[in-house]
Amino acid sequence: MNIYSAAKVSYRSLRANKLRSALTMLGMIIGVAAVIAMVAIGSGANERIASQIASIGSNLILVLPGSTTSGGLRSGFGGTHTLTMADARAIGKELPAVRYAAPSNRSGSPVVYGNQNWSTIIQGLTPDYFEIREWGVSGGRIFTSAEVEAASKVAVLGQTVAYNLFGDENPIGKYVRIKRVPFTVIGLLERKGQSIQGQDQDDTVAVPITTAQRKLFGSSHIGTVGVVLVQAVDGDSVKEAERQVNELLRQRHRIGPGDQPDFSVRNLSEMLAVAEESTRIMSLLLGAIASVSLLVGGIGIMNIMLVSVTERTREIGIRMAVGARERDILLQFLIEALVLSVTGGAVGILLGVAGSSLISRFAGWSTLISPGAVLVAFVFSAAVGVFFGFYPARKASRLDPIEALRYE
Amino acid sequence: MGSPVIVLSGLHKTYHLGEVTVEALRNVSLSIDRGEFIAVMGASGSGKSTLMNILGCLDRPTSGTYRLDGEDVGSLGRDALAAIRRRKIGFVFQGFNLLSRMTALENVELPMIYEDVASGVRMERAREALRSVGLLDREHHLPSQMSGGQQQRVAIARAVVNAPSLLLADEPTGNLDSATSGDIMGIFRELSDVRGITLVLVTHEPDLARYANRMVRFRDGRIISDEPVNKA
Repeated sequence: MNIYSAAKVSYRSLRANKLRSALTMLGMIIGVAAVIAMVAIGSGANERIASQIASIGSNLILVLPGSTTSGGLRSGFGGTHTLTMADARAIGKELPAVRYAAPSNRSGSPVVYGNQNWSTIIQGLTPDYFEIREWGVSGGRIFTSAEVEAASKVAVLGQTVAYNLFGDENPIGKYVRIKRVPFTVIGLLERKGQSIQGQDQDDTVAVPITTAQRKLFGSSHIGTVGVVLVQAVDGDSVKEAERQVNELLRQRHRIGPGDQPDFSVRNLSEMLAVAEESTRIMSLLLGAIASVSLLVGGIGIMNIMLVSVTERTREIGIRMAVGARERDILLQFLIEALVLSVTGGAVGILLGVAGSSLISRFAGWSTLISPGAVLVAFVFSAAVGVFFGFYPARKASRLDPIEALRYE
Repeated sequence: MGSPVIVLSGLHKTYHLGEVTVEALRNVSLSIDRGEFIAVMGASGSGKSTLMNILGCLDRPTSGTYRLDGEDVGSLGRDALAAIRRRKIGFVFQGFNLLSRMTALENVELPMIYEDVASGVRMERAREALRSVGLLDREHHLPSQMSGGQQQRVAIARAVVNAPSLLLADEPTGNLDSATSGDIMGIFRELSDVRGITLVLVTHEPDLARYANRMVRFRDGRIISDEPVNKA
């Protein structure tokens, strides 16, 4: 018997028990749909983290001023001014594992343009910062090292600030006032979107760090920096760069071995890698849980096929009497199980894809359907059909024709 | 004519039902010529059903040899026996044994599906077989839409569609009224006379046995008589 005839016979017998076939398929449909949807949610989360990592920049180390103890009161990280511009320069120039070291200061302040004002984060930066963050302008330009050197009163606006102060007007060349100091707007930053913490990264104004220190943030800030963002030369040297930064700053701050440092070094890439790993494990878990329902669907198929073989014992006997070989009977029942599982799988894929897009629309989770996952789900459902269909089919093919004919 | 289709010699069949051993056939030897129409008679448990199963290659003898068309089929494997059934043997059962979800035509096509006959040829031959039993107008009917006699005629068409060397009929009229039984026996007679098909009919009705040319009686697994039928 050829495959086509066997498929026809299988299709007919499935159609004869419509409700039963549909319910059996439902098991597969739910299983496959669950796998597709869960994997889509998992990959969506992964993708999101990956894109956030890319938006921060790669191979990053964060150097923060450390805690100091004065009069028994310990200030927290970043609460003091132990890091200096000179430290940042030394990190950037002297360490072989470091590509850029970008010092920054930040403070909240209203920005005024004409009769409009907008409270935002003012950041004192150097041009290196934009290199590290891979953050370009959508208009105008970034300030130069010379402008940092000269403490020029120039500003680069984030998209949110520009929109709120200027609306549709082109801000470049206009003056804005920050703490009554007039700044020329020389550039408009590209849209960056939300940070991992959910902050709007476009709600900011960047000015040369020197200008910020001298004109905006008050005398206590002159020469000291809030954070130094350090980029290692490549992914493999992040650890080495971290070690070199530690060593250099201990030296410069004269901190003996075993003493509490007055700065802290955080490996940002490592933190993100941990976040990435945890979402990966989450998606793996989701997929594993969903696979269990696929397994249950397979057992449902096996159950129904066993019932079907018993019910049709006489039919099997008749087929054997007119000359069906063992493999003809095996093929017939195997194809029947396969039709159940593959049809269920195909419907499940459609349902899973539809379900994932509903989830992203209504729950706001990002989902990602990869063709690979769909293919795997389809192949897996076929494999489930073969695996769980084989035992009942073999049972059918091994029946004794005389017994089978006499059945009932 | 003349060369034997079936040669059984020293056939034994023993069943083990738990502790009990049943000797269903004891030293049966029988030779059937091509074109013969044989009636096998005997009480239930006399061994005639066992003989049918072995003749039909559904079962294998415990000892002794069975030659069909000169080939020793007593020791073949399951797939080889299936091939013999497909090509050389046709069955007609008391309970018709048609597949209920298939039309008359599809039921007749069934043996050819397993022989991988092309579908055009298959349908042509199935139609021809249905015509020979007078049921061409019922080809698209399901078994449930036909009378017992019609169903049995479909079964006969299915049995002869592969032009078998041997047609086995096991109480073929057991479920039919006497008028219909006569029709069915007429068809068998015609198959024997016109197409020269070798026929073995199992029955316990002496009236029906008279349609045959030769009658073999069984008792306790042995042949007790083997004689030509008197055409009164």
